[in-house]
Amino acid sequence: MQAFVSHVTAALSGGSQRSGYPWGYFRIMTTTTRSLVVLGAGTAGTMVVNKLRHRLPTTEWRITVVDRDDAHDYQPGYLFLPFGLIEPDQVRRSRHALITEGVELVLGDVDRVDPTAREVSLLDGRTLRYDELVIATGTTPRPDQTPGMLGPEWHRSVGEFYTYEGALALRESLAAFSGGRLVVHVTEMPIKCPVAPLEFTFLADDFLGRRGLRDRTEIVFVTPLDGAFTKPVASRELGHLLADKRITVETDFLVEHVDQERRVLVSYDEREVPYDQLVTVPLNMGADFVARSGLGDELNYVPVDKHTSQSTEHPSIFVLGDASNIPTSKAGSVAHFSVEVFAENFVEHARGQAMTHSFDGHANCFVESGGGKAMLLDFNYDTEPLTGTFPLPRLGPMTLLKESRANHLGKLAFRHLYWNLLLPGRPLGLPAQMSMAGKVPAAVSA
Amino acid sequence: MPTTTIAGHAVEVNDEGFLTRPDQWSDELGSELARLIGIELTDDHWKLVHFLRDDFAEQGETATLRRVSTRTGTPVKSLFELFPGKPAKKMAYVAGLPKPKGCV
Ligand SMILES: Cc1cc2nc3c(=O)[nH]c(=O)nc-3n(C[C@H](O)[C@H](O)[C@H](O)COP(=O)(O)OP(=O)(O)OC[C@H]3O[C@@H](n4cnc5c(N)ncnc54)[C@H](O)[C@@H]3O)c2cc1C
Repeated sequence: MQAFVSHVTAALSGGSQRSGYPWGYFRIMTTTTRSLVVLGAGTAGTMVVNKLRHRLPTTEWRITVVDRDDAHDYQPGYLFLPFGLIEPDQVRRSRHALITEGVELVLGDVDRVDPTAREVSLLDGRTLRYDELVIATGTTPRPDQTPGMLGPEWHRSVGEFYTYEGALALRESLAAFSGGRLVVHVTEMPIKCPVAPLEFTFLADDFLGRRGLRDRTEIVFVTPLDGAFTKPVASRELGHLLADKRITVETDFLVEHVDQERRVLVSYDEREVPYDQLVTVPLNMGADFVARSGLGDELNYVPVDKHTSQSTEHPSIFVLGDASNIPTSKAGSVAHFSVEVFAENFVEHARGQAMTHSFDGHANCFVESGGGKAMLLDFNYDTEPLTGTFPLPRLGPMTLLKESRANHLGKLAFRHLYWNLLLPGRPLGLPAQMSMAGKVPAAVSA
Repeated sequence: MPTTTIAGHAVEVNDEGFLTRPDQWSDELGSELARLIGIELTDDHWKLVHFLRDDFAEQGETATLRRVSTRTGTPVKSLFELFPGKPAKKMAYVAGLPKPKGCV
């Protein structure tokens, strides 16, 4: 480890190495190698370093990315693991294999960022100096934040599918499930992939039907929202689906604690929801080092300009992916579109120019609805998910907000695109900006 | 936007009855809006309503329940006692602010 440490330090202290880069303006602007440090090598962090390594000359910029471990998971796969629809080795790869040459991957836990000294400290005592910092440490389920959630029944009758371990444990629980009350529960918004709990519910309905257990099972969807989803048109369409599938919805339910002994969820207004098998989505929070560094809001999300991802407080900090407070879904698609805009902007920013590209909040989510079908949502900061069609390159037009087999196949195909095109930073052919082409305006569809 | 008269003032509201122009709000209006949903405002209520107003002026959006709770040091349980059932919505309604978006 020692040799590695000094290697990193040497790499990052850079020195006054002269730029040999042939383009005149780079030589004039910069004479020393600067350092870009990216925290988190998940969806956003991996795309950031791979894209920027191809845009920034190695003589000008060193790029380092930090993550606590070497396992990169395709998180959308967690949804399918509990039903045996995907195998564990299909959702996990080594981070090293996903990071392009010329980027240094440092394994360690981030302890703190000091924006004044422009320094990151790791828990093991190493420090990394930066000129520009990208925070891409995502959001994590935190069962410790709800009394009674962690306990002897955690990952048993109190299940979850927002982690690799949780999804695998739930596969065991569902295999042994013989009927009763299956309760799917969201603790508090925002959560990453806000449609995933609904998708889980639809897939559970399908799974139980195939095993002949559906008539012996009552499925209940418990949400802190006042409907199936936040956005009105989508909430209406998804609400219909729940009703069609005989799924009961308990709305405006804010959990106060879980009583594992009595197997009930108890809300702040003293309602109780009994369960035999609970599948909960715990409170999602940004990384604790964000709070320790004084950079976060109540849920450890870093406030940024929603069009440039630049920290509102520190101009040399950018926040990509789930870690920021931008008002759109926390989703891989959002990370993808916003990283495309960010990469363009960062090249300008690095040259000392004004950033001219603007992110519109574009999100695009396939929603599994069971029975080999899926729906597609496409929206941004200003436009809610609408019905109509979406022109998807290669795979053809997809129906928006309506179930179809093509949407389901699109969702399955996405895993390959993720590993082979998205993470390496290759163009997918999807525009970062949302388009109204094919969409039916809400006023007409209502 | 429909206009309605509350406590003798003409105000603009949306189809759920939320004020659409935060600048048309006053303490007097706040009391009346609370009365309309069956709440008699005490000092504890006012502390929260004024926090929501100040925070909205700074942030440009309505605070979520969690934000109100952490910033004012009020346990969520108490928020449910003061504004029964749907505290986030009710607080925003009384404070003349849009429903908290909270989440997408
Ligand atoms: C069940 C499920 C289903 C989903 N389905 C979809 C879908 O269908 N479509 C879609 O678009 N999105 C989906 N998502 C969401 C998507 O996976 C995330 O939005 C996306 O991965 C966010 O990328 P990120 O880089 O911000 O965070 P992540 O990919 O989570 O990466 C964060 C990284 O930071 C590291 N890290 C955190 N803290 C520290 C620290 N202190 N020190 C060092 N490293 C640290 C972590 O190890 C991690 O590698 C789903 C998510 C889940 C859980």
